[in-house]
Amino acid sequence: MDQTKIITGIVKLIRKAETELPEDVIKALKKAYLIEEGLAKTQIATILDNITVSRESQRPMCQDTGIQSFYVSLGVDSPYRAELKQLITSGVKVATKEIPLRPNTVDPLTGVNHQDNTGHYIPHITWDLVSGDKVWITALPKGGGSENMSRLEMLKPGEGINGVKNFIVNAVTNAGGQPCPPTIVGVGIGGGADLAVKLAKKALLRPIGSQHPNPSVAIIEEELISQLNASGIGPMGLGGKTTVLDVNIEVAHRHPASLPVGLVIQCWANRRASLLLHADGTYEVQ
Amino acid sequence: MEYHLTIPLQKDDVFKLHIRDVVYMTGTIFTARDEAHQLMLDLAVDSVPFNPAEMALFHCGPLMKSVKGNWHVVSAGPTTSSRMELFEDRFIAKYSITTIIGKGGMGNRTRQALLKYGAVYAALTGGAGALVADMVDEVLDVFWFERLGMPEAVWLLKVEDFGPLIIAMDAHGDSLYSR
Repeated sequence: MDQTKIITGIVKLIRKAETELPEDVIKALKKAYLIEEGLAKTQIATILDNITVSRESQRPMCQDTGIQSFYVSLGVDSPYRAELKQLITSGVKVATKEIPLRPNTVDPLTGVNHQDNTGHYIPHITWDLVSGDKVWITALPKGGGSENMSRLEMLKPGEGINGVKNFIVNAVTNAGGQPCPPTIVGVGIGGGADLAVKLAKKALLRPIGSQHPNPSVAIIEEELISQLNASGIGPMGLGGKTTVLDVNIEVAHRHPASLPVGLVIQCWANRRASLLLHADGTYEVQ
Repeated sequence: MEYHLTIPLQKDDVFKLHIRDVVYMTGTIFTARDEAHQLMLDLAVDSVPFNPAEMALFHCGPLMKSVKGNWHVVSAGPTTSSRMELFEDRFIAKYSITTIIGKGGMGNRTRQALLKYGAVYAALTGGAGALVADMVDEVLDVFWFERLGMPEAVWLLKVEDFGPLIIAMDAHGDSLYSR
C-alpha cells in the first residue's frame, strides 16, 4: 500500500519538475526580459510564454524531458531505505507513460530505445546518508543539448585560479547558443576528475542568486557572471546581454599535483523539484 | 522585417529574407535528427515516402502521445542543430531543402550550402516545447517509428503561423552565429 503511494509521489515529483519551473529561475528570466531588447527580448518572451503554457497544461515545458537524475538525502532510520531505489525506478517508468516523458534512454552501442527512461545505471541516483527517518529526494531531469557542452580539464596547479577562469570562459563561449542560453553554469574545482564533474552538476541545485559561503569563491562566481554576460552571446546565441543566469561553484580539496575543473551547463529550463518522505509513508512535493 | 510565409518557400521568398528578420510559417514540416539524416542520405530519393522539397526541415525530436490510435504532439521544441552539421550540406543538396528550422546555429559548411542552393536557417526558441506544440494543427504521418524510436523518427506536422522564427543564417551567406 505504502509502495503504491510512494510511487505516485515520485510521479508527482517528476511532473512538477517537468512542468513547473522553480520561482527563482522565473524571477531571473523576468529580470532578463526587462534588460534585453530586440531579438533577445523576443526569445525571453517566448520562454516566459512557454513556462506559463507548460504550468497551465501540465505538459513538459521541453520535449527533451532529460535523463532522470535524483539527489537523495536518506535518513538512515527510514523504513523505506531498502526499497527506495526500486520505488524511484518504478516511479520513472509510470511517469514516462502518465505525464508523458519522451523515452530518452537508448543502448549506448546500438542506440535501441529502452522505451521507459530506465536502463543500466539509469535513473541516476546520488545518495547521501543523514541521521533521522526522513528522506529528501530532489529531481534534476537534465537535457542532452546542454549536457553535451560539459567539460573536464585537468589543469596544472601552476595555472592557478586564472587558468580555471579562462577554461570556463572559453568553454561557455565556444558552446555559444547550443546549450539554450541563458544558462546556469555549474563549476566543480578540486577533488579528482570524477568529483570535479560531480560537484559541477551538484552546483546546479543551488538557487539562482545564491553565493558560495566562502567569499573567495563567491568573488570568482561574480567575476565569471560579468565576463560571460559581456560575451554578447545572449539568449539562444542570437546576441544580447544575458548569456548566463548564474554561475555556481563548488569546491573540494585536491591532490597537490592536480587542479581538476569540471563544467556542467544547464539550459534556462533548470528543472528541479523536491519531495520529503516521512517515516509513515506520507510525503510533500515542493 | 516581419513576414508570414507559406511552406514551401519559393525562391523569391528565400532571397528576400535576411538575418534578423522575423518569420511565421504555415504549411507542412518534417522532423529529422541525426539518425533520420543518416538514413535518408543512404536511401534513394524516390524510395523516401514523402517529398521533403515540399516541406520545411525541423530539427526536433518531439514528445508525442497516442490517443486511441491518433498521434498528438505534447511538446516539440527544436533540438541542437550543430549535430547535423556533419551531413546537412549533402542533405540540402539531395532533397532540395529551402528551409531549416532549429536552434543554436550551424557551421560554415551549412552556411555555404545555404548560399549555394538558396536556403535559409531559421532559429526557434530552444526549450519552448509546450508552446510550439500548440502551433501544430495536425500530425499528418510518421515514418520509421519502429526502427528509430520516438525522438529520431520522422514526423510530418501541419503547422499554422509557426514562429516567431528568427532568420539566423540566410541565402546571402550571412550568419548571426559567425560574428
